[in-house]
Amino acid sequence: MSDTRVEAVAPPLDSQGFLRWAWRQLTSMRVALILLFALAVASVPGSILPQRGNNPLLVDEWIDQQPTLGPLLDRLGFFDVYGAPWFAAIYLLLFVSLIGCVLPRVGHHWKAMRTPPPIAPRNLDRMQAFSCETVDDAPADVSSHVSGELRRRGWRVRTGSDAAVDGDAGGVWVSAEKGYLRETGNLIFHLALVLILVAVAAGGLFGWRGNVIVKEGNGFSNTLTQSDAWGGGRLATADSIPPFSFALDDFDVEFERSEAQRGAPRLFEARVALQNEPGAGAREDLIEVNSPISVAGAKVFLVGHGYAPSFIVRDASGDVVFDDDVVFLPQDGNFTSTGVIKIPDSDPQLGFRGLFLPTSAIDDIRGPHSVFPDADDPSVFLSAWYGDLGLASGVPQSIYSLSTDEMEQIGLRALVPGQVWEFAQGEIEFTGWTRWSSFQIAFDPGKEAALVASVLAMLALTVSLFTRRRRIWLRARDDEQGSTLVGVAGLSKSEAGDVSEDVRAVQQIAADHIAGRKAAANETTSNDDRKSEQ
Amino acid sequence: MTDGGSMSLAEASNAAIYATMVTLTVAMVLFAASFASGRRRTTSSSSVASRETAEGSVAVIDRVDTAVAAEPGRRLANVAMSLTWLATGLLTVGLVLRGLWAGRVPWGNMYEFSISSAWGVLVVFLVLSTRRDLRWLGLFVVTPALLTLGLAVTVLYTEAAQLVPALKSYWLVIHVSAAIICAGAFTVAASAAALSLVQSRRERRGLTWQGVMASTPSTEKLQTFTSRIIAFAFPLWTFAVIAGAIWAENAWGRYWGWDPKETWAFITWVVYAAYLHARSTAGWRGNRASWIAILGLVTFLINYFGVNIFVNSLHSYGGL
Repeated sequence: MSDTRVEAVAPPLDSQGFLRWAWRQLTSMRVALILLFALAVASVPGSILPQRGNNPLLVDEWIDQQPTLGPLLDRLGFFDVYGAPWFAAIYLLLFVSLIGCVLPRVGHHWKAMRTPPPIAPRNLDRMQAFSCETVDDAPADVSSHVSGELRRRGWRVRTGSDAAVDGDAGGVWVSAEKGYLRETGNLIFHLALVLILVAVAAGGLFGWRGNVIVKEGNGFSNTLTQSDAWGGGRLATADSIPPFSFALDDFDVEFERSEAQRGAPRLFEARVALQNEPGAGAREDLIEVNSPISVAGAKVFLVGHGYAPSFIVRDASGDVVFDDDVVFLPQDGNFTSTGVIKIPDSDPQLGFRGLFLPTSAIDDIRGPHSVFPDADDPSVFLSAWYGDLGLASGVPQSIYSLSTDEMEQIGLRALVPGQVWEFAQGEIEFTGWTRWSSFQIAFDPGKEAALVASVLAMLALTVSLFTRRRRIWLRARDDEQGSTLVGVAGLSKSEAGDVSEDVRAVQQIAADHIAGRKAAANETTSNDDRKSEQ
Repeated sequence: MTDGGSMSLAEASNAAIYATMVTLTVAMVLFAASFASGRRRTTSSSSVASRETAEGSVAVIDRVDTAVAAEPGRRLANVAMSLTWLATGLLTVGLVLRGLWAGRVPWGNMYEFSISSAWGVLVVFLVLSTRRDLRWLGLFVVTPALLTLGLAVTVLYTEAAQLVPALKSYWLVIHVSAAIICAGAFTVAASAAALSLVQSRRERRGLTWQGVMASTPSTEKLQTFTSRIIAFAFPLWTFAVIAGAIWAENAWGRYWGWDPKETWAFITWVVYAAYLHARSTAGWRGNRASWIAILGLVTFLINYFGVNIFVNSLHSYGGL
């Protein structure tokens, strides 16, 4: 961007003058710099504080732990920094500044590309780089040869001759400029940034994403009600969700068993049977990390997994009141998992809080915990409750938490698969376990445009930064001793550029011309010799 | 993975890396000695005098610092340069052996990222040194490379193991290789920027041609050098971020999710964008721009160490 704009010392007081002053300030480089710094600084808190978009549970926990600071930061948008009005204000101002700076430059550049380079200055020896040589050719020959060669090498060239000043006859000159791509690339880069912003906004407005947990052997239909979490853009509607469905037939997982990085995941694979729409034929497919599947414009990604221990609960009369796999959420890298079983249909209502350990261990400090993520030695630790689950109160409850306000504790028990725990109100049998995986289903209509725009930005930026804009001038004049004095000067228009290479190259062109002519002349001579010999 | 043959590959890799560190230490000492004995005996000659010659000789005005090669500091620096080449060769061997042992690219955990970044720093420096005299910069490139290696072998060392599924993608090669080269370029740029700040203080005090900094180029040359490297690294960093976004889209279902790693990559990008703007803003071109170049490296390091170790991020692949 140019920093040649005049900056007013104080804002004028009339409203039109003030607006013009404010606009000039906003589009100045200095303000762009300040806004860039503001953007960098404003991004920092979002990387330190938990963010709603990434981890809503952690946000709630954080606010609970900091009763004064938490709600205040929450109100100021610090748990959703990248959606906060102050963050938007910074980047929108930056983009307004960018557009205000770049659009006029597009016009100037368009004109500059269609205008020949300016006439050569009178005193070339005052330029950044200058060299001087004498040659035998006439000034006009040098000029026409050099200008032709420069044009061939992609320079914009203008030639002319000096007007006589103070009795000085002057000479003929060549003025050439190269490196317009620097500005072209720079402008395209900035405009591509605007395109990226538009594409991101479009994706946010029209896109949607859902998260779903599916147990092995179970299925999922892509409707709003079946998603565990659904985030749609403001302009996304339920109609824009394709009605595909899939069943999780099998989920394979492997963990590192050797000493180095023991427990690190090595393989996740979800085998699914996919239906594009209700009633359509099912096809087998494999979803892996880094390898999502595409269905009806949306993509299904494998993002997580865990254990679902299986329980059968009977009431005091021996009737089965519950028989299902229950999704437990992993709490650590070894999949120590917690979950809740609610049985509203028994009398009294029953509730269980559970801890599932795929590979069980117990010690004084950490209590029961898992020491390996695979299910080598599974067990559950249950605490059983009876009374009122509180489901009738109308307050929505999480399926992962048990409200024991209206309940009495029955007791605690550890179970291994196959074991039954009998108590006065009934019994619970831990029958085994299965796995679940979580999928992210996403549709982002802006992502292709964002990709194209960012690749364009990158290419334009590279071209711009690797191109040097420079001018070069040559003046050839008679030195009044039968020779021609050739002066070549250069000026870099990019900051800190070096044009001495170009100056050397132009002198070389002039010298080559003469050398070439001499060689041609020699050849003519030798031909003549041969002729005379014959 | 732990049979005898494989273990010897691992041991060979570690040995190569220790040898690299020894070689670099010697190079660092020699660079430091050369730096300290840097009293410049030569004159900065400009061929201005030959400007008006009309006799036909080419006389391009180009200020050339013709240094006398036999200067003792220079000779030390020459040996140090050779040792740096040797060390980089050894480090390359170490990385290749590590990759062979693990059966994949050696970019699976923080130990491997760190030795690769040190490699990136040295390679960027050496490639640039083939085009211009960079002996004055050696001390300030070898030292951070050595520190990174030291940190890698002491704190971050991890046995080679397979990749976690999230890293099993060819995007790992594309994304991480770009980031490693950027690490090198940003480090070299920040070293030159820091030197330019010191040099600028000296120039303000009129101490240009004496003392330990005498063989270091002028402030303006250092600033130009810094900006050239950043002009190279900034598009590459843009590429690394875009490649990361494509990978993220493939792995997590969104190309940008403000994960702490992504956020800091963005911050680094914005800071270097600010640097480039500062270079063409009156009043910001000089020392302020140099400070921004240093700040850029700081944000990069926060992203690397801070986010990998202290922050709960999707990118926490440190293996620690």
